[in-house]
Amino acid sequence: MTSRVVIVGASLAGVRCAEALRRHGHEGPIALLGAESHRPYDRPPLSKQFLAGVADHDRLWLTRADTALTDQEIIHHPGVTAKALDLRTRTVHTSTDSFAFDSLVIATGTSVRRLPHADAAPVFTLRTLDDAETLAPRLVEGARVVVVGAGFIGSEVASTARSKGCEVTVVEAAPVPLERQLGEAMGTACAALHERNGTRLIVGIGVASIEADGVHLADGSVIGADVVVVGIGVAPNTAWLEGSGVVVADGVLCDATCRVVDGGNGVVEGVVACGDVARWPNDRYGEVMRIEHWTNAVEMAEHAAQTILGGTEPFTPVPYFWSDQYSTKIQFLGRSTAFDEVRVIEGDPAAGVGVALYRKGDRLVGALGLNRIKALMGYRPLLVDGATWATALDHAGVAT
Amino acid sequence: MKITVDFDRCQSNALCMSAAPEVFEVRDDGFLYILIEEPGEEHRAKVTEAAMLCPTQAITVEG
Repeated sequence: MTSRVVIVGASLAGVRCAEALRRHGHEGPIALLGAESHRPYDRPPLSKQFLAGVADHDRLWLTRADTALTDQEIIHHPGVTAKALDLRTRTVHTSTDSFAFDSLVIATGTSVRRLPHADAAPVFTLRTLDDAETLAPRLVEGARVVVVGAGFIGSEVASTARSKGCEVTVVEAAPVPLERQLGEAMGTACAALHERNGTRLIVGIGVASIEADGVHLADGSVIGADVVVVGIGVAPNTAWLEGSGVVVADGVLCDATCRVVDGGNGVVEGVVACGDVARWPNDRYGEVMRIEHWTNAVEMAEHAAQTILGGTEPFTPVPYFWSDQYSTKIQFLGRSTAFDEVRVIEGDPAAGVGVALYRKGDRLVGALGLNRIKALMGYRPLLVDGATWATALDHAGVAT
Repeated sequence: MKITVDFDRCQSNALCMSAAPEVFEVRDDGFLYILIEEPGEEHRAKVTEAAMLCPTQAITVEG
């Protein structure tokens, strides 16, 4: 196959898709367009080891050798932002040139959401390498740091800031942090890590404004801050697809094989999406999902590459994510949306160690581990097999 | 096929163990153990997946 592939997005999904195309025998040109000026890099260390200053740039690069992409005849175009997609001429128009394609991979990822009325003060976000380089030198001993949003990124930034000796407060508008991801009980358990490690946690109160003196909350109180980090989620980068005929609905809508769908009932020939930007029906769960986790970007990039090369298999992963906070590794396998029961089957998650299982109907649908790496991974085969709840409890060695 | 792990990079996320439990094991001490350093061809697909899934690119497969 010698057709031209253009990949829009040079982060994890885009790079891994390019490499998978080569590994599976694609011989034609591959152009990898990245909006950022850097060599392609990995994001997980940005809120952890890199932000803490214990890992340098060498630990960030997505390819260990700096010639790895050119060695594979993958042409990386840094600093190129996609502006429009023309499906009639099969061309991507960008901030520099236009790129004609036979096959297109949409892997533009997400950008951080920002708070309105928060421009006057020392407000930071964390998504890119530039963000991390800007924030890291400000996390110094004694600095008063307020993190807005107790999601995974906010919590990791809080953890890193504590490790640097900062005085840290996390403010979360929702009554329970991580409730959408983990449910009320386990969200509360994970949030307890903050206070156990000397971080103040304020929940159920929104931010009214951020001023030069600090963060003003909806109840009128003010938290003094030298540094404010806003971590209130991300939004898919799809503005460049407006009017193209590609369906955008909180992400780029795909079919079960990662092919992008059109406005009718069909797919856009030769166009796939992968990573944070892609929304697709995961037949394993009977649910249309968009997943913003590292492992999904890798697995979906691999799958999208195979689809371009003629594969017809549906993409049906068991999702996985991890988060390192303080000295606790939080890991989750499976799906926690609309579960019927969560049961702690060993340890005590609220104390920072344990395993909890999630049931929906008569099935095991998810497993959460806090510092229980080996035990947690033991549930992955069960989740892959669609095991019943009874089978899961039997595996756990507890009675139904 | 020979497996080497850069333990300076390894963060014990155990994705390798989920892909190839016969070859990789993260124990309760939090460290990764390689159970078979030179696995046979029957393990190649799973070992390749393990290396691909490693978030820190700590696994190298040679041969």
